[in-house]
Amino acid sequence: MSKYEDFSAMADIADETQIRPYTMNFGPQHPAAHGVLRLVMEMEGEVVERADPHIGLLHRGTEKLIEYKTYTQAVPYFDRLDYVSPMNQEHAFALATENLLGITVPDRAQYIRVLFSELTRILNHLLNITTFALDVGAITPALWGFEEREKGMEFYDRVCGARLHANYFRPGGVRYDMPAGLAEDMYEWAETSILPVIDDLDSLLTENRIFKQRTVDIGTVTADEAMDWGFSGPMLRGSGLAWDLRKSQPYEIYDKLDFDVPVGKTGDCYARYLVRMEEMRQSVRLMKQCLDKMPSGRVMVDDYKIAPPPRAEMKGSMEALIHHFKLYTEGYHVPAGETYAAVEAPKGEFGVFLVSDGSNKPYRCRIRAPGFCHLQAMDFMSKGHMLADAVSIIGSMDIVFGEIDR
Amino acid sequence: MSSEALKDLAEHIKEKSSAVLACRFERDELVLEAKPDKIISLLRFLKDDREANFQLLIDMTAVDYPARPARFDLVYNLLSLQQNQRVRVVCAVAEGAPVDSAIDVFSAAGWLEREIWDMFGIVFAGHPDLRRILTDYGFQGHPLQKDFPLTGYVELRYDEALRRVVYEPVQLTQDFRRFDFMSPWDAMTDMQQLPGDEKAVKPSVGWRPYDRKEEKAS
Repeated sequence: MSKYEDFSAMADIADETQIRPYTMNFGPQHPAAHGVLRLVMEMEGEVVERADPHIGLLHRGTEKLIEYKTYTQAVPYFDRLDYVSPMNQEHAFALATENLLGITVPDRAQYIRVLFSELTRILNHLLNITTFALDVGAITPALWGFEEREKGMEFYDRVCGARLHANYFRPGGVRYDMPAGLAEDMYEWAETSILPVIDDLDSLLTENRIFKQRTVDIGTVTADEAMDWGFSGPMLRGSGLAWDLRKSQPYEIYDKLDFDVPVGKTGDCYARYLVRMEEMRQSVRLMKQCLDKMPSGRVMVDDYKIAPPPRAEMKGSMEALIHHFKLYTEGYHVPAGETYAAVEAPKGEFGVFLVSDGSNKPYRCRIRAPGFCHLQAMDFMSKGHMLADAVSIIGSMDIVFGEIDR
Repeated sequence: MSSEALKDLAEHIKEKSSAVLACRFERDELVLEAKPDKIISLLRFLKDDREANFQLLIDMTAVDYPARPARFDLVYNLLSLQQNQRVRVVCAVAEGAPVDSAIDVFSAAGWLEREIWDMFGIVFAGHPDLRRILTDYGFQGHPLQKDFPLTGYVELRYDEALRRVVYEPVQLTQDFRRFDFMSPWDAMTDMQQLPGDEKAVKPSVGWRPYDRKEEKAS
């Protein structure tokens, strides 16, 4: 901006050759802005000179609110961050709280958590890939992908009663056991229903000439740049770095499961698309393994100081009733300390830095959202690209404003 | 992820860098306490040193302790892909004291520092673009400071007569209540075992065995 502020002086130097860069607002109501992104762009003709994302239009003060809520009450806030992958985020908070409490989750709960984390990953990538394709001009993938996504949402609905805001992974396990028949239906879905849709998307997009023209060599990020800008998840893997928290720092039961980590070669929008496509296939593999190996048993820790007693027991036992009352008013106290727990969310490393002062409310709960760092790189990724390419770059970043604005 | 390797790494960092005040392990996580004026040299060392190689600034945040003289804890979360290790660098910062910006070491620090400025009011010297990031244009105050009220100071609504959004001081129809669940009973998780309770199922946290000496002393 400052370069062109003194307009009269500039006019003296070269009257006809200098063109004032056109400042343009992209969003916050643009459909390709994926939510409430306001991008102030300085254009040199149709080339982006500078992109300045203005964020915070969806800021709800989640971190502040959590400081005023008990640990149980804090869980639903995590659904509302990245609202297309709610369970993964509850997972990070649950891991952090469990780490401070020093408890281990029962086996079955761990399998259920991984099963639903991977289902969420498929649903997230389905949404991202199809809307990305929509942004660059392909309508059919969205129509096909969303139909399948809806089937996945039904599994959410059946396990926790809500399609989106699950509130299912609690510190200590998961809230309910899976209802009868759900495991079979999920297996059938993984076996027969989802893979053909992924193959369809593949045939629609991967070799599509228009799609490739819009994505290949657009928004290229080298491995060094990706590390410098704090990328994670598919954004990092798209740039050729084989890094996946599920492999490198395995949590829950990921070390017992067999899966591959796809890595892109070129670091452009197309590479990130390919990484996400392959991740969906790997997630299907993981889901099937979880369902095969799923042990029986409890889904919540056997400690009524942390997990509520079953309703039936409350009818007869005074002790259970008191526990229930205390848990839902006061909540449980978490020993003082601080910890950082991270999970490989579909968008990248989602971390929770939790500071406890020994009371029933977190003293500080920092939410590390992957999208925040990714969007920060928007300026350098879109510099020198055409305006239409900025849309591709936003699409391939997989940004959701719930998590960026928090 | 072996803790042995992390201990070696901690030794190595303590030996090589003068900026580290203390080095501790919290639940197998390495925490380095740093001098605020040398934080940049420490970050640069952690990034460039071959054995440390912390190339990713994963996260940066602050924690507010209003009672302390140096009010804020500035927290840097670093990750090394080669070593597969994490480290947390903590430095205490007084209110109003500027901290050097880490933007030259990690580009990712740009927005993270803007957010800390926005939320906590910590100033970063040398940051090229220290604007507010998450709050409204023209916002006053720093919301994540502990003395900032949860309900804020202003609310906005659409005014039909003026045909625009107007800001007004916040008015609560019901007083803000913060229930103190801590009293009158002892917290459930920090309870002492009662005499005769030795055979009961023990809670997994916060449990202290019954100690006869303690009872006699009191």
